[in-house]
Amino acid sequence: MTDPLILFDLLLALSIVALAVTVMAVRDLFAAIVLFIIFGLFSALAWVRLSAPDVALAEAAIGTGVTGALLLKTLHHVRHVTGTLNRQVALSLTPAVPVPMPVIWVNAAFCGLITLGLAMALLGAPQAGPGFDALVAEAMPQSGVEHPVTAVLLNFRAYDTLMEVVVLLAAVIAVWQIERGLSDAPAPALGEVFQGFARLTLPAIIVVGTYLLWKGAEAPGGAFQGGAVLAAVGLLLLLSRLYVPQPSHRPVARWAFVLGTGAFAAVALLVTGGGRVAFQYPLEHAKTLILLIEALVTISIAVTLAALFHGREPVALRIEGGRDDA
Amino acid sequence: MLGLFAAALIGFGTVFFIAGTLGLLRFPDIFCRLHALTKADGLGLALIALGVALMAGTWAEVLRIALIWFFVALASATSGHLIAAHARQTMQEVGGADD
Repeated sequence: MTDPLILFDLLLALSIVALAVTVMAVRDLFAAIVLFIIFGLFSALAWVRLSAPDVALAEAAIGTGVTGALLLKTLHHVRHVTGTLNRQVALSLTPAVPVPMPVIWVNAAFCGLITLGLAMALLGAPQAGPGFDALVAEAMPQSGVEHPVTAVLLNFRAYDTLMEVVVLLAAVIAVWQIERGLSDAPAPALGEVFQGFARLTLPAIIVVGTYLLWKGAEAPGGAFQGGAVLAAVGLLLLLSRLYVPQPSHRPVARWAFVLGTGAFAAVALLVTGGGRVAFQYPLEHAKTLILLIEALVTISIAVTLAALFHGREPVALRIEGGRDDA
Repeated sequence: MLGLFAAALIGFGTVFFIAGTLGLLRFPDIFCRLHALTKADGLGLALIALGVALMAGTWAEVLRIALIWFFVALASATSGHLIAAHARQTMQEVGGADD
């Protein structure tokens, strides 16, 4: 007797491939983004079926929710704010200017190289080996937490995780620098119904985000998932205009951006000494330190993602041709 | 007996989902499609949630199912409204451009 869910799995796998092809093929950019969001949701479902709830949560919250919102915001931005893409082209009512052939070839070459690299990594990996399960299980008592994924992310390979937080910090710095000269264009107002929706859901999102963070020590969840869910609070506040960024809020935002990276790096360096190297937390304080890092990183991730969605650094209205830094 | 009743509710809910999907595929314009989707899915989900709640072991599970139903219904109604409002606004803009 085969697994009765095999039919569901096959359909799911086929849908994911079909969605991926459709995202590339569809001309309307808005449709492409919506299809990409559905693709993400189906991928999250696939991770659930593969018994990887941590990846599923990350895929649903970051890969689908936040990324989808960022893509939609970008589309609005290039259509209405910078005017780089006009509405006729975006709706493919008139054909876009054809992409130059060299650009296509360079893109194709890079995509080919990445595919080749992935194929080599996949074929070079030991077939159906035990992986690192046994090693991780053996080292779990030294990690200070009960959930293997959190132990790997925040302890065994904490350096990689620190770099992931740095990437987010770099992204928000780049966005604030690049968008300096653009006109201040807030996200479109969504009206009173959306405000009511935001008021009803905000408390629940805060509870869920905090729960994901707290639960991460012993069950699927953690800083990135919790941070992404909490970033949704920022998105709802921005979209419903319940919060309007002010120039005077910039210092707070800057502190929030560097809080996670700073605290993570500081803890990593402060635990050295007495024969320990960086990131080697003393066992009796490991859980406290990991939860402290996760909590601060969560705040940073949430604020950074919300700031990325808002895009432009909030600045005071300036006189045309005047100095930028008011 | 309870299981049978739950199965009937879930089956009935699925019928609403199929009807909603048919509406999405067959109805002429965006407003009719939204009407079909939001109404049918709202009721369909409520019936399925009720059916699953009957089979739930503890009250905590029932509460969670109720919460899921509440937030999905809320999000579905809000996004339906937003899509309709946006479609109407775009139509007016495009109509104005044609004059």
